Amino acid sequence: MAVKSQLCSVWVGSETGILKGVSLSKKQAFNFCEMSCLTRDQEVCTMAWGDPHETEVLIGCLNGRVKTFSTEKGIFTESRECGDLSQGRFTGLAVMDSSLITCVESGLLKVWNEGSSNTAEINVGTGVCRMRQNPSQRHHVATGGKENPLKLWDLQRPDKSIFTAKNVANDWLDLRVPVWVRDIAFIQDSNKIVTCTGHHQVRVYDPSSPQRRPVLETQYGEYPLTTLSLPADQASVVVGNTHGQLAILDLRKGLVRGCIKGLAGGVRGLQCHPSLPVLASCGLDRFLRVHSLKDRTLQHKVYMKSRLNCVLLSSRDLELLWLHIPQSWPAKPKLPLITKRGVCAFFGVQGLYISGSNLPVSSQSSVSCKAGTADPGGPEVTVPASAPAWKILPWLLLAVWWN
Amino acid sequence: RYEKLIQEPVDNGSVEESESAGSSFPPTFSLSTIKNKQRRHLMFMKLKQEKRKQKLELRKKRKKERDALGDKAPPKDVPKTIENQRVYDETTVDPEDEEVAFDEGTDEFSAYFNKLTNPKVLITTSDRPRGRTVRFCEQLATVIPNAHVYYRRGLALKRIIPQCVSRNFTYLMVINEDRKVPNGMVLCHLPDGPTAHFKVSSVRLRKEMKRRGKDPTEHHPEVILNNFSTRLGHSIGRMFAALFPHDPHFVGRQVATFHNQRDFIFFRFHRYIFKNEKRVGIQELGPRFTLKLRSLQKGTFDSKFGEYEWVHKRHEMDSSRRKFHL
Repeated sequence: MAVKSQLCSVWVGSETGILKGVSLSKKQAFNFCEMSCLTRDQEVCTMAWGDPHETEVLIGCLNGRVKTFSTEKGIFTESRECGDLSQGRFTGLAVMDSSLITCVESGLLKVWNEGSSNTAEINVGTGVCRMRQNPSQRHHVATGGKENPLKLWDLQRPDKSIFTAKNVANDWLDLRVPVWVRDIAFIQDSNKIVTCTGHHQVRVYDPSSPQRRPVLETQYGEYPLTTLSLPADQASVVVGNTHGQLAILDLRKGLVRGCIKGLAGGVRGLQCHPSLPVLASCGLDRFLRVHSLKDRTLQHKVYMKSRLNCVLLSSRDLELLWLHIPQSWPAKPKLPLITKRGVCAFFGVQGLYISGSNLPVSSQSSVSCKAGTADPGGPEVTVPASAPAWKILPWLLLAVWWN
Repeated sequence: RYEKLIQEPVDNGSVEESESAGSSFPPTFSLSTIKNKQRRHLMFMKLKQEKRKQKLELRKKRKKERDALGDKAPPKDVPKTIENQRVYDETTVDPEDEEVAFDEGTDEFSAYFNKLTNPKVLITTSDRPRGRTVRFCEQLATVIPNAHVYYRRGLALKRIIPQCVSRNFTYLMVINEDRKVPNGMVLCHLPDGPTAHFKVSSVRLRKEMKRRGKDPTEHHPEVILNNFSTRLGHSIGRMFAALFPHDPHFVGRQVATFHNQRDFIFFRFHRYIFKNEKRVGIQELGPRFTLKLRSLQKGTFDSKFGEYEWVHKRHEMDSSRRKFHL
């Protein structure tokens, strides 16, 4: 069990309540479920990483329980009662400094501490569809839903929202435009928030600017957009709708950059990898698909036997995912490919890679090179990231020769 | 000049024959470069005759070899059909799979399959139906027990559905009509169940059927579901099964068949009689039609805001002639 869970790089939650782990390198999917007695009210509503090292997966179930699954041990370690069926489904789970933040459809946002006393309780309005936490400022949380505009909350001052979005102006028939926020994401390195709505609109808000109306608004398709995700390179967003259409939209001008084909059912879960141009999508057609964002082709397709609700991509298994996207990278290596974030460079030689960290890296920091595959015993060579190509090359050649 | 005109095909023909007899290198000319239609046609006929001759020779040779071997001849090959060559679908249901069994056992039809509800079907049409569609709906109502036909007075489906639920209906069937002929069907399972949208074609009413039997009686028919092998096929098959009551009246000797072949579902309604233990006679009663699934939507009818479980996308899914989804 522990071995299987350590192999998995993608985690999927299904409607039958089973947590599925997929290992893309071995092309295998494993079921992790508590007992052989499954019930439909254990349906997985949301999933989130329990800690920044991605060793724990938090699963919010329909009956109000939040289960913790340890990826290293391969078992469910904890289960807490955080609400019940009457309050609605979980719409968001987040972790802040060892306390758990949950939000349900009826609008109750609660912060659960380690002890049994729960501190803040905020009512964010009814009909909530999504709650998301700002990955850089962990005490900021955004919520939105049906007839519930986007609101940004600071958990340290829970009485009033920091930012409430204003509805756009009346349309060309002078009718009020209905509000239905389905998914929210925080753009990195800036204050902006992207939302997608059930009326096929994608909007960008800027809380730091004086205007409460969206800074950018675009439309895609004719069907409700259910999820969105931000890829590694900035200024674009991937959205999915209920018809199974996935599109990459450009956030600078609001145009469609391209569509991803292949899904047959509505998209329920979408996640882009933090550093690689890879996208995992799951939906009602019971398939998990991994696409490459560079050429929009399908890399992996895995049949899971139940309808899927949410997907989580682990960022630590960079090398395993990278081995499976040869065609999206140029055949000849372009030196240097070491950017500010330390993205992997590709060499034709046997799996030489440069592993980088995911945290924002300043320009003066160094990138460590490690030769060989998953062998921790290889030589560790530290090279300043801002060094030009001719300085890095001899170190890399040394690492290659070592292996 | 006339002789010249005739000579040229002969010359080209000889070139053609030698090339086809040799046939190890590709021909340096193709028929499409001949501009004259008559000559081109002549060349094409010659080509076809050549090919036919070669095929016949090959067949004769093979037959001779087979006869020469006599008893030791290898068995004849199974001819390739599209059903044989079907690309294996990974969603094909394995009967022993527990997870799929659990998924099916607890889906929206579980209430029917656990014998908690009896089917009650409401049949209606799109607005202002013509005679053919009206007669089709009446005949469907005789075929499906406990079915009621109502005239659609331009009412919105989303408003009809809560009223049906309160009156304990389990299915809503809407026959869509275009140009005086039924061409679509929306089948909505009622409490909160999936909605399937089909394309209906080849509708034959009772009057148009040859050698048919007498009208169907009130007995509950048996149901045959053929060839629904994938997970999507299972969902659709269960949808059809839940239209009919659980207990078929074997006295009535009536059977409704939903046969899936190449993603088309053929509906037939027969009455059978066993002449002796080995031979059965059947007479077809009732309407016959073919269905093709266009989309399966989770939840009751809501084409704009509902979530689709499966949508038929022609350019992505129909690219291979050997890949089927049901």
